[in-house]
Amino acid sequence: MSTVFIALQANEDTRPIIEAITADNPHAVVNQQPAMVKIDAEHSLVVRRQTIEELIGRDFDLQELQINLITLSGHVDETDDELTLHWNA
Amino acid sequence: MDMKATSGKKLGLKEKYRHMTRGLDWEPSYQKKEDIYPYMAYEGIKIHDWDKWEDPFRLTMDSYWKYQAEKERKLYAIIDAYAQNNGHLNVTDARYLNAIKLFLTGISPLEYMAHRGFAHAGRAFPGAGPRVACLMQSLDEIRHAQTQIHALSNYNKHYNGFHDFSHMLQRVWYLSVPRSFFDDAVTAGPFEFMVAIGFSFEYVLTNLLFVPFVSGAAYNGDMGTMTFGFSAQSDEARHMTLGLEIIKFILEQDPDNVPIVQRWIDKWTWRGYRVLTLVGMMMDYMLPKRIMSWKEAWEVYFEQNGGALFKDLARYGIRPPKWLDQIAFDKDHISHQAWATFYQYGAASDFHTWSPTDDELDWLSKKYPDSFDKYYRPRLEHWREQAKQGKRFYNTTLPQLCQVCQIPMIFTEPGDPTKTCYREVDYLGEKFHFCSDGCKEIFENEPEKFKQAWLPVNQIYQGNCFPDGTDPTVEDFEPLAKVLEYYHVNFGRDNLDFEGSEDQKNFAAWRGMATTNE
Repeated sequence: MSTVFIALQANEDTRPIIEAITADNPHAVVNQQPAMVKIDAEHSLVVRRQTIEELIGRDFDLQELQINLITLSGHVDETDDELTLHWNA
Repeated sequence: MDMKATSGKKLGLKEKYRHMTRGLDWEPSYQKKEDIYPYMAYEGIKIHDWDKWEDPFRLTMDSYWKYQAEKERKLYAIIDAYAQNNGHLNVTDARYLNAIKLFLTGISPLEYMAHRGFAHAGRAFPGAGPRVACLMQSLDEIRHAQTQIHALSNYNKHYNGFHDFSHMLQRVWYLSVPRSFFDDAVTAGPFEFMVAIGFSFEYVLTNLLFVPFVSGAAYNGDMGTMTFGFSAQSDEARHMTLGLEIIKFILEQDPDNVPIVQRWIDKWTWRGYRVLTLVGMMMDYMLPKRIMSWKEAWEVYFEQNGGALFKDLARYGIRPPKWLDQIAFDKDHISHQAWATFYQYGAASDFHTWSPTDDELDWLSKKYPDSFDKYYRPRLEHWREQAKQGKRFYNTTLPQLCQVCQIPMIFTEPGDPTKTCYREVDYLGEKFHFCSDGCKEIFENEPEKFKQAWLPVNQIYQGNCFPDGTDPTVEDFEPLAKVLEYYHVNFGRDNLDFEGSEDQKNFAAWRGMATTNE
């Protein structure tokens, strides 16, 4: 099965985002690398606005991810509530 | 004018995106479409419905400015702090700086060319969706060029070799490799450009440059490069999704597009792979503190990620790029072959090279168990021994270059690392030379384009790379000295071995001043 990934800068802004991704994707594997965190997941991975908001205690616009995003792979589907990465095959 | 929203309801992301892209487009009434978009037909790509285009990141210009401004604020705060605190003295050791000299001369100018290329492609496409996405990418790319030049200008205050990158890009022999790569892309049609840069380079290859190498810069204490690198790569995530979208869109529009796109994927994966040889060398030899080997990075970002991608594209009738067997074999070799070349030609370059330490040789032996001890370590140890005896080896015979990638003929036969790979083609009564089957086939598909290549070695031999007014017939004429003058490389200062260089002495002295009360 194919793997998708998302990589974020390692900083205070992304700590709760990484925590939310881990909570919403139990199958995801978190790799700490110098100055960055790369999260791999088989087949698909979802980033949920609500989970992040619960952790940071304020409204969060998923497009704020752009600021600390390093890279990703897979097809992207973005709505107000979720950013999903997946492969079709 | 003060406008008041009356509904009280905020637009959803998809609705807002639709209004701000397609909603702002219009149909021409008094000019023909083919006159407005003259580059749409000649590449043979057939598009029936531009409305089928979906931009996966539904970013509109208003949000674009907001988030880009935020990225810039963060970036310049870090760069200022880094400069203010003499952060350059915290890099692992001054050899590291030579990797970012290569970055400035060989990579940053490509960002500027990408800016031009995407502006052109965006103008050429009749669809509002890709036009907006190309506009943003064009702006991103000029931002990358500028932030990289700003961040690295800090090093220019203290170290040699950073002083004239745009002059060098047009002239220096090894810089013709990245330069000709991008010149090839921007002189192609808009669809080929998108497959070349948007898909093959951005999606398949840039991770290798901006992720492990930039993480490595952080590991080596270079906060400036880390911050511009990751700031650039945050835009790349958007570029990669654009690259993937354009491929899917073209392939879904018409089955006749499949073979054209396949040939571009084959060509541009190979072209990009050849250019990245430079990055492989930077990772394996030029980061004093290593994060992962070139081979490991290749396996994660090309083999695994690219493998998933091409499996996904198989349903369109697309197969993985050609020459993958050779690429897979060569991951054990190319970084070592490249370093050996720059070491030998250390008198003709604008940065320093050196003999790796024992610790570094051991690391390479461990990371390349199937190739390093057998083929490369003995040569490096021999050169180091020679250097110790005061006979540091500098090759003064210019190498033959490949007509397509413009890299010297340093690569080896598929499956045999002891035999140099040469290929040739006769075309219009002239002989053309290639480093590989890949470059040869690319030439054969477009001989009229590639026969015009400006090859630095050939140009030197023709006498075109000396300063104006040079007389090569005078007694004791020293061609290398004149070529370096033409390049704006200062002999003895910017080039030769790191050992004994001004950079080495200055860094040691300044670091001493920073850590003692002397």
